[in-house]
Amino acid sequence: MCLGVPGRIEEISGNEDPVFVTGKVNFGGVLREVCLAGIKNPKAGDWVIVHAGFALNKLNEEEASEVFEYLRKISEYGHDELGEEVKTD
Amino acid sequence: MKYVSEYRDRESALEYAELINQLVTCEWNIMEVCGGQTHSIVKYGIDQLLPASVTLIHGPGCPVCVTPVEFIDQAAAIAGIENVIFCSFGDMLRVPGSTTDLLGVKAAGGDVRMVYSPVDAVQIAVGNPDREVVFFAVGFETTAPVTAAAVLQAEHLGLENFSMLVSHVLVPPAIEAVLSSEECAVQGFLAAGHVCAIMGYKEYEPIAAKYGVPIVVTGFEPLDIFEGIYMCLKQLEQGRADVENQYLRVVSREGNQVSVELIKSVFKVTDRKWRGIGKISDSGLMLKEKYSRFDAGKKFKVSTHEVEEPEICISGEVLRGNKKPGECAAFGKECTPEHPLGAPMVSSEGACAAYYRYRYVRKDDE
Repeated sequence: MCLGVPGRIEEISGNEDPVFVTGKVNFGGVLREVCLAGIKNPKAGDWVIVHAGFALNKLNEEEASEVFEYLRKISEYGHDELGEEVKTD
Repeated sequence: MKYVSEYRDRESALEYAELINQLVTCEWNIMEVCGGQTHSIVKYGIDQLLPASVTLIHGPGCPVCVTPVEFIDQAAAIAGIENVIFCSFGDMLRVPGSTTDLLGVKAAGGDVRMVYSPVDAVQIAVGNPDREVVFFAVGFETTAPVTAAAVLQAEHLGLENFSMLVSHVLVPPAIEAVLSSEECAVQGFLAAGHVCAIMGYKEYEPIAAKYGVPIVVTGFEPLDIFEGIYMCLKQLEQGRADVENQYLRVVSREGNQVSVELIKSVFKVTDRKWRGIGKISDSGLMLKEKYSRFDAGKKFKVSTHEVEEPEICISGEVLRGNKKPGECAAFGKECTPEHPLGAPMVSSEGACAAYYRYRYVRKDDE
């Protein structure tokens, strides 16, 4: 139900009323018009997570490799070496 | 990056599984709240790569599954009214009510349509000014903003022929309901990533502190889930009970304020009955008075009555995480995805349907 699919905004269809702002979003080659009413300052080129035709949030590309970096850290340094480091953003 | 296939890398998944094996020193029970995560776990066999001492308990996080029978009956009654176009997400169409489901109404001549988005239902209302268009609004906090946007669009367009039957539910009260139950065996949680994409995770901090359970906001791809499980187990092994965020690429602590404002402007919190669980205080959303003209429940007076679940069905136990689907006598016999007795067999994200699809072995195949 809470399925969210990442896609890249190709173009914004502007509307004076923010609740009607949409964008053409590219999902691996498939284009679909998506409601952008929930995104602050959406721009072409932004990656968003789309659920039920609505962009939930922008995707933070800088954090995209974190799952691999964390794996590398615990593989290299071991479980205890992470020590008291609490992983929050 | 495509932000999908990378997170299904087999070698990294096996590496995580091995590290989890090394980390764990005793028995732990972790609940994944979201049905989407249950689906991934069963589909990719993530639970089978974990040590035997780690049990994943499947939580109540499938909105389709927890929508009360009375709402399904109300939906079916409204959908059967002449001149109504009834719009719903696809997975609600086969949820059994007390006498029929929405597909049954469609087969009997009702105009029931599957839509991808509530805003598509608004466009159907624009294109059919002589018909009444009703949207069945189910879902967690993930779905509530787009439903709210649909209401605001209908208002701004001055639509008189659009309304919705709202059955939105909220995750934190359900987690508290699980934790406050006497039979609760859950020691840590994976929180639902896309719910937190909207809401952030501040509201989970008091829950983690009050009940002494770690809560890790987790994504949906296999590596997300492995990392979330690792982080949760690490907290358990260290005796910590914090809220942590695995799903950094999508979730921030504050959430998406623009979407939260959409929800707040249109909905208010209300008590809600959960199928298989019962009434949970402040666990649902309903339209504010200002938008009550869009309330299909008020617009179409249809009578429904309290309904008992089939006795053989243990969906309540499954939804509370007390039993696994295979422990049900009806599983794979009287109850299949084609003829579901209880809601967790209906939605592909329901625990029973996931087990049936990926785990079910017929006796004569063994």
